[in-house]
Parts: sequence; structure tokens; C-alpha cells
Amino acid sequence: MNKSYLQEDLLRMSGVNPRKCMQCGKCSATCPAYDEMEYHPHQFVSMVKNGDIEPLMKSQSLYRCLTCFACVERCPRSVEPAKLVEAVRLAVIRQQGANRMTANDIPALLDEDTPQQLLVSAFRKYTK
Amino acid sequence: MQRIGVFVCWCGSNIAGTVDVKAVAEALKAEPGVVFSTDYQYMCSQAGQDMIKESVREHKLTGIVICSCSPRMHEATFRKTAAAAGLNPYMVEIANIREQCSWVHKEMPIGTEKAIILGKAAVAKVNLNTPLTPGESPVTKRALVIGGGIAGIQTALDIADAGFPVDIVEKKPTIGGKMAQLDKTFPTLDCAACILTPKMVDVAQHEKIRIFSYSEVSEVKGFVGNFDVTIKKHARYVKEDVCTGCGACVEKCPMKKVPNEFNLGMDNRPAIYIPFAQAVPKVATIDPNACNMLKNGKCGLCARVCTAGAIDYKQQDEYIQEKYGAIVVATGFNPISMDKFDEFAYNQSKDVITSLEFERLTNAAGPTAGKLLRPSDGKHPHTIVFVQCVGSRCDSCAQKGKEYCSKICCMYTAKHAMLTRDKYPDTEVYVFYIDVRTPGKSFDEFYRRAVEEYDVHYIKGMVGKVTPQGDKLKVQASDLLSNKQLHIDADLVVLAAAIEPDKSARPLATMLTASMDTNDFFTEAHPKLRPVESPTAGVFLSGTCQGPKDIPETVSQAGAAASKVIGLLAKDKLKGNPCVAHSNEQMCNGCSSCERVCPYGAITYEDKEFRMPDRTTAIRRVAAVNPAVCQGCGACTVACPSGAMDLRGFMNEQIMAEVDAICK
Ligand SMILES: Cc1cc2nc3c(=O)[nH]c(=O)nc-3n(C[C@H](O)[C@H](O)[C@H](O)COP(=O)(O)OP(=O)(O)OC[C@H]3O[C@@H](n4cnc5c(N)ncnc54)[C@H](O)[C@@H]3O)c2cc1C
Ligand code: SF4
Ligand code: SF4
Ligand code: SF4
Ligand code: SF4
Repeated sequence: MNKSYLQEDLLRMSGVNPRKCMQCGKCSATCPAYDEMEYHPHQFVSMVKNGDIEPLMKSQSLYRCLTCFACVERCPRSVEPAKLVEAVRLAVIRQQGANRMTANDIPALLDEDTPQQLLVSAFRKYTK
Repeated sequence: MQRIGVFVCWCGSNIAGTVDVKAVAEALKAEPGVVFSTDYQYMCSQAGQDMIKESVREHKLTGIVICSCSPRMHEATFRKTAAAAGLNPYMVEIANIREQCSWVHKEMPIGTEKAIILGKAAVAKVNLNTPLTPGESPVTKRALVIGGGIAGIQTALDIADAGFPVDIVEKKPTIGGKMAQLDKTFPTLDCAACILTPKMVDVAQHEKIRIFSYSEVSEVKGFVGNFDVTIKKHARYVKEDVCTGCGACVEKCPMKKVPNEFNLGMDNRPAIYIPFAQAVPKVATIDPNACNMLKNGKCGLCARVCTAGAIDYKQQDEYIQEKYGAIVVATGFNPISMDKFDEFAYNQSKDVITSLEFERLTNAAGPTAGKLLRPSDGKHPHTIVFVQCVGSRCDSCAQKGKEYCSKICCMYTAKHAMLTRDKYPDTEVYVFYIDVRTPGKSFDEFYRRAVEEYDVHYIKGMVGKVTPQGDKLKVQASDLLSNKQLHIDADLVVLAAAIEPDKSARPLATMLTASMDTNDFFTEAHPKLRPVESPTAGVFLSGTCQGPKDIPETVSQAGAAASKVIGLLAKDKLKGNPCVAHSNEQMCNGCSSCERVCPYGAITYEDKEFRMPDRTTAIRRVAAVNPAVCQGCGACTVACPSGAMDLRGFMNEQIMAEVDAICK
């Protein structure tokens, strides 16, 4: 995928404006998963801002984030780094293949034990 | 019919580069009333002005149109030129063909066409101009300074030294403000008290200065040169002129457990108190919320021990009326509340303190007599973490802090860190910063000394959270330069809290009709060229009420405000602006629409007797504009549903003529 297109896509999906970041590092200071990460929350923000997205998509850091939202809560500039992490995860999943799920598949999957939220979220993730 | 002269300025290539000035002069010759039209390289130069004067005489001009830069730039210049040639200065109109034309257009034909249209509008207006004469009002030669911090003190001293009487209104029992609470001051490290208290004494002893302490301004009426102010003097239950400040009452008062605000609640004071040893005025004040005698009539000890007989439990609030020619606002700042910053555990641990509390903890007159001790257990702290920018530089959506940089905290944090390392070499001192901002004379050198000579650990990154654990504070932070997350076991954490204007500033601004920005800092008449004047005539700004500042900057601004006040008070009479609103009483129906929109409170209503067509008389309520208060903003003329309000110099008729000329 074209680099700037990917960047635009990430920003649209996450609703994050990485230009608001002042690189204070408070998100990384607060992150409980810091030591497990190769790229830390503040780096996520600056790398997305610089369009340096490929390394993020390949990094294990993506799956170390606990989505605890501590960084979102503490960021003085309302940047919301966790939402960017989630957007990059989505981008990875979407690139793994074309549409794996269509709206038509849903009725067959409906049963009492499956929470509907799960289907909605699966549909979001597995559909381009 | 007017005899109008048109003068088209080239402004070098500023205008002539995009506007064919000769074509403009030529086209305007054909406009009604124009008897002379020309162009020149620099109209504002001596030669240009002489040319205007010459033309007024030669062509017997009654009105002038200058096609040039914005009226903000040179309207005053050309009005003077006209006056020098014997013309009423209000017979001059400026067509702005620079800022609003040549600068915004790129192509000559378009620029020229627009310049001609703007010129035509100005000519149409001048045709309806009438000579105007500004009114005069006397000046009360006395100034009011609101707030007695270093800003208010310096302004008052400078005005008084020039010979004008000054009153200071200070809401606390003593003047001095925040500077009285500081220990040593950057960048020279002289002790705040040593340089402040002599000035406080100067104020107290100056024959031209009166101090109203424990007082507030409760009402302001009037206008520049003639303010009528009501000052509310709170009852302090001690006769100020009788109390000698001996402190016998303070010693004997049994109610000793009142949090001491001067030490930011880190120790206690009695119900009757003198804030600090060098207080001015040095008189006791009874805190009515703590005093047993005032609460339930039991005690009265202080009255018994006071040999001067100064205690008066029956004292009432007092209202004082005074007239002033000028008002200076010097209401200062406060650190913001830390309530919204749970991550730093300020409300959980006594050992997380603000920088202002740190000043008291290191001050010889503070709660620990100047020894740096932990508030929780009185032990000596070994590892101290300073956090900068707490609540400063925040995004407005975060709704926690302020968007601006508080400007003073980088420097005072360097001071705190340096002094700590100097006095206690056994300490490890960390400073977490986003950027170190130290512009200012000898400021960066000061910060580098903290790093290089005193080995303060400056770490680029923020603290994410502070968790009290046992007698330690677990600090989790990032070190961005070495790409690490740090975990420090600290004994004391010091937060450089953002500063904000005093909460009383907003209602005060409303009283003064002075404008404020979204952060409640007072706004200047011009951010660069009129930095100590408020847009409201006669109201001046001094110190941190206008924006974050350190002491050197506060003092310079205080002096600047004083010089503006002196300039005003030195005048016997003030010339007003004749372009003010007036209402046509025949048309006014007394609906109050205009009064509601007037931002300056210039409009009042009068009941007037009118002869009706049937020869009876009727009393009708009609609007009256006070020309000395009206600033000519024109809001009322738009609000008036009956078309009774009009603005001299900008009459509805004139504006319509301009619009017609543009649309022709
Ligand atoms: C922790 C800390 C350390 C600092 N260290 C330094 C330093 O080392 N060097 C340096 O140059 N600067 C330092 N500063 C900055 C310095 O304190 C300020 O620049 C200075 O105090 C500003 O003076 P001011 O008169 O504008 O405001 P203030 O000192 O706040 O004075 C305002 C006064 O107005 C009174 N007031 C407020 N509202 C009203 C009202 N409505 N009616 C009547 N009275 C009112 C207040 O009670 C107060 O007395 C430090 C600041 C802090 C917070
Ligand atoms: S906390 Fe916010 S502003 Fe600071 S580095 Fe992280 S994303 Fe950027
Ligand atoms: S949401 Fe993820 S990146 Fe943000 S603090 Fe939690 S674990 Fe760290
Ligand atoms: S009367 Fe009030 S102020 Fe005086 S000693 Fe008693 S409690 Fe203290
Ligand atoms: S002065 Fe320094 S510490 Fe204070 S807000 Fe500005 S950058 Fe932050």
C-alpha cells in the first residue's frame, strides 16, 4: 500500500492528530508495558507522523500494548496514542488478506452464545 | 457642496507596485465634489504633507481624501496636517488602498479597480462629513492600584514619587504578594525579603500613598480621568490606627490550630494573626471563622492582653468612596489547583508538594525554619524529584491544565535544584523537563550552572505517575534521550504547577469593562505597542495579571504602567473622541436595546418632558449617551430598532453613501 495513503488511513481510523504531540514522553512514562515494547507510545506517535509505519506494522510492540488507555488519560496534548496503536493493528489485519467476511456471512454466525459486539468487531476487522 | 482634494499615495512600491496610482487619481477627479486630485510617492513624508497643506490653501479645499495605508497607521498624521492647514481634522477620510487592496491583490488591473472603488466610497463619505470638536473633561489627580504585590508596589511608588497621590487596595491583610513568600530569587539568588521589604516600608512611609489592606474594590463607575470607586474594607476586628503590631494577642490566643495560608497550610496560626514579621501594615487581624469570641462570645483574651486597646469585636465592614483619574490592575497570579492531576498523588501524599510550598519549606521564616524537611515525617529527604510543566502547555481538549507556558517555572526549578544541591550535597536531585526554556539575561547560564557545577540530573521526559509506597514515593518516568523508562524511589516530589490569574480578576474586569483573554489574563490595548494599557481608557496593567512574568519583567512593566498613569494625571483636561454616539430623542422609544449592548456602560435613560403635537406635555424615557464614556464602537446604532442612535463621524447616512458608491 502507498505510504501516505496508509498514513492517512491510520489517522482517519484512529481520529488521532499526531501533530499535536510535543514529545514530552508522558505516555511512555505511564505505560505499564513499556519494557516489553520495541517502539514506545511516544515513538508510535512520531513514527506515524513521519509516515514511518512499516516498522511499526512488523513490530511485536503492537501486541504488547494492553489497551489500558493510561497514555490516553495522561497525555497533556490529548493525542491518544493507544488509538494509534489500535489503528496500526487494524491496518495489519486488513492487509493480511482481502475481505474474509461479508455482510451475508453474518446471519449464519448468529447464535445465542456469541455476543453481537464480537461479530461487529470481527466484521470491522476482516472487511476491507 | 464640498471642495474635496484627493491624494493618492504610492507608498514606494507598496501600493504603486499593484495599483496604477495615476489612473486612480485621474478616475477620482470625476467624482462629485472633487476639485483637485493628485498622486505622490510618500504622502506621509514632510514633502507630502506640505503638498497637502499647500493644496488646501490653493484650491480652498473643505474636505480631504487620502488613498493610502490603513487609518490605524496614519489617520492621526493626516488629521494633524489638515488642522495645520486650517481645516477641521475630522474632514479627512482615509481610503485604505494598501492593507486592504495592494497587499492582498497580485494583478494591477484588479488592484487599480478596487482602489478606485475604495476612493469613491471615501469621497462619498467626505461629502457628508461635518466638522467635529472633541469635548473636554477634567482629570482627578489620584491613582488607584488594585493589588499590592511587587507589581502594585512598584507602580504605586513610581506614581507617588512623581508627586501624585496613590491608593493601593490589597485584599490580603498585608501587601507583598507572592514575592513575600519566596526564599531566594533567580538569577542572582538575592533573598526575596531583603529586596522586597524595604520597598514595602517605602510604601508605608510615603506621604502620597495610602494602603487599604484587607480590602476590595466593590464598585467602579465613571470613565478615564473621573472614576468613582467604592472600596470595601473588611472588618479585621482590630483598630488599624491603634494596633502597634506587638503580637501579644497572637501569643495568647488559645485558638492555635488554624491552617496558616502564608505557609500554604503547612503549619498553623492562631485566630488572631499577623501574616509575617515584616507585614505592612503590621497590624493584627482576627479570622472570624476561627475566633471563639466572634463565633460564640466566649474568650476575649486578646482584648484583655492588648495594652493598646486595639481589639474591637464589634467592628463592621466599611465602605469608602473615592475619585480617581486612573486605575492600575495588579492582581497577580496563583498556582493552579493540583486536584485534576491524580497521577502525581498530590492529594495522597504530604511529600508531594508544589514549588511555592517548596519556597516556604526552604525559607528561614517558613514552617521548618528553612531546613528542608519532609512534611510527612520531618525527615531529611535524600532523593528529590522535580517535575516541570505540570498543567502548563496542555491541549485545550484535555481540560486539565493551561495551554500556555507558565514561563517562570524552568528558572525557579533550576534555582530550587541548585540551592538544594548547594545546601545538601548528600542529595540526588532529578529534574524532569520537556524543554528547558531559559531566555533572559543570565538565565541559560544559571541553568547550565545547575547542571555543570551542581550536578543536578536533568532528564528529558515527563513523569507518568507517582505512587506512595511505605515512606517512599515511587516515581515512574521516561528518559527520552536514553530511551528508557525510569523508576526512582523518591523522598520528596516537587511539582512546578502552572500559574493562572487570580480568581477575582474576572469579576474585577467586568467592573472595569476591561477585556480579558480566554485564560483570564487582562488584554493589552496593543500586544506590542501598548503593552501596559488596557483597551479601556484610563485602565492600566501591571505585573502577572497580564501574563506570566518573573520579577524583573514585572518591575519593568510596573514602571511602564506608572509612566503612562503619570502622563495621564499630568494633564489638566482630557480631549475626548468626538466620534461618539448620540440619540435622537424624538425617535427614541426608551426600549433599552442600546443600553444592553453597550460594552462600556455609556448609556443611561432620562425621563424627559416633551411637547406633544396636541400641545399636551408627556414624560418619556429616552436614552442619553455620556460622550466621555462612549468609545464609539457603534454597537448601539445597530441595536436601536427605531433608528434613533447614530454615531458622529460614522452616521448611518454616511455609511449608506459609502455603500452606494461601492455598489454603483
Ligand atoms: C514558586 C515560585 C518561585 C518564583 N521564584 C522567582 C524568582 O526566583 N525570581 C523571579 O524573578 N520570579 C520568581 N517568581 C515569580 C514571581 O513570584 C512573580 O513574578 C511576582 O510575584 C509577580 O508579582 P505580581 O505583583 O504581579 O503578583 P502577586 O505577587 O500575585 O501579587 C498580586 C497581589 O494582588 C492581590 N490581589 C489579587 N486580587 C486582588 C483583588 N481583586 N483586589 C485586591 N487585591 C488583589 C493579591 O493578594 C497579591 O497580594 C516565582 C514564582 C513562583 C510561583
Ligand atoms: S504524552 Fe502525548 S504529547 Fe506527550 S509524547 Fe505522548 S502522545 Fe506526545
Ligand atoms: S494503552 Fe497501550 S501504549 Fe497506552 S499506556 Fe496502555 S499499554 Fe501503554
Ligand atoms: S478573642 Fe478570638 S482572636 Fe482573640 S484570643 Fe480569643 S479566639 Fe483568639
Ligand atoms: S517555563 Fe518551563 S516548566 Fe514552566 S511551563 Fe514553560 S517550559 Fe514548562
